[in-house]
Amino acid sequence: MSDHEIEFAAESPWSGGGSPFAMNSKKFGMWLFIISDSLTFSALLISYAWVRLATPEWPRPFEIWPAIAKSTLMTVFLLSSSLTMVLGVAAAHKGDRKKAVRYILLTMLGGLAFVILHATEWMHLIQVEHVTPWSNPWHVPLFGGAFFGLTGMHMLHVTIGVIYLGIVAWGHAKGKFSSEDVEVSGLYWHFVDLVWMFIFPMVYLLSVNLKG
Amino acid sequence: MSAHAAVADGHGAGSTKLFSWVWAWLMLLTAVEVFLAYERINVTLMFVILVGLSLIKSALIISYFMHLRFERLSLFLILIPAMVFCICMMLIMFFPDSVRLLQMRGH
Repeated sequence: MSDHEIEFAAESPWSGGGSPFAMNSKKFGMWLFIISDSLTFSALLISYAWVRLATPEWPRPFEIWPAIAKSTLMTVFLLSSSLTMVLGVAAAHKGDRKKAVRYILLTMLGGLAFVILHATEWMHLIQVEHVTPWSNPWHVPLFGGAFFGLTGMHMLHVTIGVIYLGIVAWGHAKGKFSSEDVEVSGLYWHFVDLVWMFIFPMVYLLSVNLKG
Repeated sequence: MSAHAAVADGHGAGSTKLFSWVWAWLMLLTAVEVFLAYERINVTLMFVILVGLSLIKSALIISYFMHLRFERLSLFLILIPAMVFCICMMLIMFFPDSVRLLQMRGH
């Protein structure tokens, strides 16, 4: 969309202007996707909260090391990657392609660190604590399904996000993708960060091992 | 002319300093959450406190990182109230039952 069109739409948003939100359709599409995806996660988190609060004997398996230390570090990685993404988008809008791509690569690094740490945390639960989606040593069958379902769904989003950012970084470096495209991928990345802001306290912090 | 300036502002809004501050606040709230996790509080109250802090964090992320604060009001109005309404409907269905179960168990 040209600047002129955006200007026209911004002047008369409700009088037949083509773009009452003064943004391109990709960005608006991403916003709509984020809203629908947030409802998916809401449903998952609310049903998890339901069983968590209704089950007094819900296990509290998360020790300071490794679970809480790792998940806190993962939160730091994800929050920091959101900051580098924001700076990448700002650089892209200023037309500084090199800087933008460097920031996107940093963001991907944060995302990768998150996935790797999360995978080791999963392996610890599976191999040392013997938790699977179907069984666990604490005789609360829903624990495994709730834990792996929620964190797995989020990890899938992070993994897709890293791949998506990789494609955008490559396209932006080549000049194929505009700064708007970088901004749209940024929206997705911040959303993934936002979802973790709920999963981390509700799954991990609500079940810390107080004895340990 | 002023409308065009507003659109241009929409892209440039928010400085590195502002974003760093938002990041610092998000880190601080995370630290508070981890600290609270080790306080011996009733689990329902703990849940409410943690979700409350998470809502503040997500509001920060949506407003500044996702830029919604600098977009037109029409975008906010078409996206957020409908989402909040849907989430409230889910809450209405789930939580009375969850509390009822707790009372039946005598906890």
